[in-house]
Amino acid sequence: MSDLDKINSIFNAKIDSVKTKEDLQNIKTEFFGKNGEITKQFKTLGSLDPENRKEFASNLNKIKDDFTHQLEQKNIEIETNEINEKLKNEKVDVTLPIRPSRQGKIHPVSQVIDEISSIFSEIGFSVAEGPDVESEYNNFTALNTPEEHPARDMHDTFYLEENKKLLLRTHTSPVQIRTMISGKPPFKIIVPGRTYRCDSDQTHAPMFHQLEGLHIDKGITMGHLKGCLDYFIKEFFEVKNVKMRFRPSHFPFTEPSAEVDIGYKIEKGKIVIGEGDKWLEVLGCGMVHPNVLKNVKINTKTYQGFAFGIGIDRLAMLKYGINDLRAFFEADYRWLSHFGFDPLDVPTNYRGLSK
Amino acid sequence: MIITIPWLKEHLKTSAKENEIIDRLINIGLEVEGVKENSGDLGKFKIAKVLKTEKHPNADKLKVCDVTIGGKEILKVVCGAPNAREGLITIYAPPGAVIPKTNFELKVAKIRGVESRGMLCSESELNLSNESDGIIELKNKEKEIGKSYFKSSSQKVIDIAITPNRADCLGVRGIARDLSSTGVGKLIQIKRKKFKQNIKHQIKTSITKEKNQGCDIFGSCYIKNITNKESPEWLKNKLIALGLKPISAVVDITNYVMFDLNRPLHAYDADKINKEIIVRNAKEGETFEALDNKKYKLKKDMCVISDKSGILGLGGIIGGTTTSTELDTRNILLEAAYFSPSSIRKTARALNINTDAKFRFERGVDPDSIKEGLELATELILKICGGEASKFQITGKTDKKNKVINFQIEKFEKLIGISITANETNKILSSLGFKCKKSSKAIKVEVPSWRPDISLDEDLIEELIRIKGFNNIKLIEPIKNRTQETLNFKQKLFHLSQRSLASKGYMEIVTWSFTDSKIDKQFSKSEKEISIFNPISTDLDVLRRSIFSNLAIYLKKNQDRGYEDLSLFEIGPTFFGKNPGEQQIIVGGLKSGKINRKSWLDKERDVDIFDIKGDVMRTLIELGIEEKNLFVSDNTKYSYHPGRSGSITLKSEKGPHLAYFGEIHPAIIKNLDFKEKNIFGFEIFLKNIPEPNKKFRLSKKSFQASDYQKSERDFAFVIDKIFKIGSLEKIIREVDENLIQNVSTFDVYEGENIPKDKKSVAINVTLQAIDKTLSEKDLDEISKKIIDTVGKKTGATIRS
Repeated sequence: MSDLDKINSIFNAKIDSVKTKEDLQNIKTEFFGKNGEITKQFKTLGSLDPENRKEFASNLNKIKDDFTHQLEQKNIEIETNEINEKLKNEKVDVTLPIRPSRQGKIHPVSQVIDEISSIFSEIGFSVAEGPDVESEYNNFTALNTPEEHPARDMHDTFYLEENKKLLLRTHTSPVQIRTMISGKPPFKIIVPGRTYRCDSDQTHAPMFHQLEGLHIDKGITMGHLKGCLDYFIKEFFEVKNVKMRFRPSHFPFTEPSAEVDIGYKIEKGKIVIGEGDKWLEVLGCGMVHPNVLKNVKINTKTYQGFAFGIGIDRLAMLKYGINDLRAFFEADYRWLSHFGFDPLDVPTNYRGLSK
Repeated sequence: MIITIPWLKEHLKTSAKENEIIDRLINIGLEVEGVKENSGDLGKFKIAKVLKTEKHPNADKLKVCDVTIGGKEILKVVCGAPNAREGLITIYAPPGAVIPKTNFELKVAKIRGVESRGMLCSESELNLSNESDGIIELKNKEKEIGKSYFKSSSQKVIDIAITPNRADCLGVRGIARDLSSTGVGKLIQIKRKKFKQNIKHQIKTSITKEKNQGCDIFGSCYIKNITNKESPEWLKNKLIALGLKPISAVVDITNYVMFDLNRPLHAYDADKINKEIIVRNAKEGETFEALDNKKYKLKKDMCVISDKSGILGLGGIIGGTTTSTELDTRNILLEAAYFSPSSIRKTARALNINTDAKFRFERGVDPDSIKEGLELATELILKICGGEASKFQITGKTDKKNKVINFQIEKFEKLIGISITANETNKILSSLGFKCKKSSKAIKVEVPSWRPDISLDEDLIEELIRIKGFNNIKLIEPIKNRTQETLNFKQKLFHLSQRSLASKGYMEIVTWSFTDSKIDKQFSKSEKEISIFNPISTDLDVLRRSIFSNLAIYLKKNQDRGYEDLSLFEIGPTFFGKNPGEQQIIVGGLKSGKINRKSWLDKERDVDIFDIKGDVMRTLIELGIEEKNLFVSDNTKYSYHPGRSGSITLKSEKGPHLAYFGEIHPAIIKNLDFKEKNIFGFEIFLKNIPEPNKKFRLSKKSFQASDYQKSERDFAFVIDKIFKIGSLEKIIREVDENLIQNVSTFDVYEGENIPKDKKSVAINVTLQAIDKTLSEKDLDEISKKIIDTVGKKTGATIRS
């Protein structure tokens, strides 16, 4: 057996018993240290004759490469074992709870206003606003509501003074007046906002939200009004078809006036909008009364158009299955958690209005 | 307005089924609110007699009555009515009956410990009238005990909501006319039987000429020698179907004519009238007792019907007791008049009276219906009660002309979008009672006297499309085209701030714009209170001056439900004056309780001012303001803890005020009695956030990142205790804005080894150059510059 064979068999015998980094270091020193077996063999190279030297050197390098490789492998094995051993003691109970955090939500009214704005944005409406305290003129007179109209009663309207000059707006329609008086036609606006009526029971709240729509231009007819509302209802309820009925009605500020019902049915205790035999009143609308246009100095020969008013809270109730109107305003944390929306659910056209 | 199909068919010749009639009604704007079968449920209400009453053992105002409905069984019924007494004949509702007024189904129930089987009913509970002071008293019904009070005619009643412009449809005939125009049937022309009008009208009538006279026309008929009695079954059934209580033939006939023709009438006992009828304005303070048994004190200018002795009735609203007809009345004066809607409305509102007649007159009764009303009523009275009638006496303005509109037919298409022919126009309008005369260009349309609501082309267009059908209007799809921005800058901020705060764990609440003045006062000391003149309740009596008022109320309510660790916000108006526009949008929030309450991971701690400061700053940054432009100072206001609150302004202390933040003032916490007292709040003033003049992407600096290593240096300064660390950081940052990338305080220490009026502040500074790695020498240089500058500007020394 040559020296190299001997060294090889010794190494192979020892490497198997290496278990720790320390063992590994020892065996490294034994073979590759200053006086290591392999080092020694390299030192003998110089004393060999060229013929033998070449062959010996080749064999020696082979052994050296083999040993180095084995040592590396051993090193990986030891390290892997060490990690595995360590991890055995590092087990946590992942079912333990996370840190408590507070979950914020968007109120259903705000969410629905965003949805509505997104829908009307597509067909060119922009959002207008007006103050909550209004003059009796903007809220009633300019809107062709006669002096003795019951809506002006203290039973119906909140007033700031006994003389009834200032009030909390009973609808968003005074913003029609404000918009038209301060600008030039055409007008194409929606007005979401707070409105107030002296009414409080299970189904009425003294404050609620209304959406006003106004489109004044040349040649705007009731056909446009129908098209606009048909589009809105379909988009809002996210249905392809919707059964819709225009019923003649009466509002002082529109002529002709209509109320709009949509078809619905109850399926497994849930309301399905757009089909079925039952009718649900959702909004009032009509062609803006010529007296209203005259009051804001618009030429009724050239311009005409439509207006509509929708209860936002009611739309939210229908779409999201909320039963109690009053709960909207009672700020019950549990209710808000249940019906509120994640702040990242921003209604958009490309991603869909609702999850 | 309630109608029955048989009654309708007295005016409308039709073979249409009920469902079709209902559909037609809805389509022409006479909204059907409900269809009720009257007999089924109402059959349960029996005529009953009270045999005995005893005081309720546990309640002073209640009685326990023994009631019989004819059988052997004696029913024990608890009753609170003051008029419940032995021998009274009244109406009994057994368990299972549904009370018409409340839709409440009766059950056998214990009332204050005594079992009551059913109840005795008031007129109001049966929807017969507004009378609710006692139970019904039936006279002469001894023989009918045990029978159903409501005759089982099993007719359906249709409840129609009449819009305020359609006074003409407050009578069955008006509804029939509208229906006839849809082609569902033909309006029956009624031929009145002639009756003799031979006797002399015994009572002089006059309308006093004076300012604000509310009565335009006063018509009457004198009928003598009648025998007033209970109405015949057909008449009683008609009234009961409408929910009216039959009283006597004379009264029932006037009611019948009112519902049939929308023509209110009134019958006086002529023998009780002192000489003559004078229609005049009341004098201030005059009183009279009305048929609802209430005494009214009148104001001047209220239209009254009077005689030589005094007031007999409020014209068009309610009659008086002094001249009321009874079963033994022999001679009557039948009145049919026209009162102006505004006069009626004013008087009724001032006195708070609501009657069927008032409801009709304030909407506008046909002034030309006086004769027709007198004719129908007189005919019926003579038929049922006998007697002899006088000629009609009609005084006042009887010569009113009908309006005429020159209707341009092409206006229809211009407004509605579809066309209509002259023939169709003529047909529809004629069927509604308009008289049309075609000329070359327009149609001359004469408006019937019963349609005071029609005066413009648009009104006629509405009539035409209403009958033609809204479903015939062709829908025009909207064009998807946007030429103007949907939201302006402020509106975008509004929406963004909602999402910004919700993403920081705040729950959005929406509360009333009004609040409780007692709470509002706590948060708004200096501004003037804005009270509502007619609040819905005393705890919602003012417009809120602070966004905190309602937030605090609802935070407390949630705390009381057991939720203590809460973050709530509201965005909405607060008010600083009572005039339109004296309001601003505030984003307000409250945060209370603890962080990490009962967490196994981290130690729990109280929410503190730096939580709320962080929320506000991050929100403002998300709203588009750069962090370096948020200037924080300790300017505060009274609703906050004076030492633990501050302000954020734009760029400098004098810049626009962006927000307040801090701990809510402990006095307020105490006054409002919060359960969890650790409460912080903020208010953000959206209006003060400036609109950038360029899009953000255009104003953003170009991107630059250094490839060279960064270094950090820590400094410990000893500085005056009162010196603001925010200012110290700013001074350091400004030493070299190119090299100094970040400055952050990581320790503040007061106490041992530090002079009493000083504090030690440890600050970490990150340094990096764009063009090279900073050498030791560079770093020493800049450190020295920092120490020198801070020393010079603040007097601080480096802690050794």
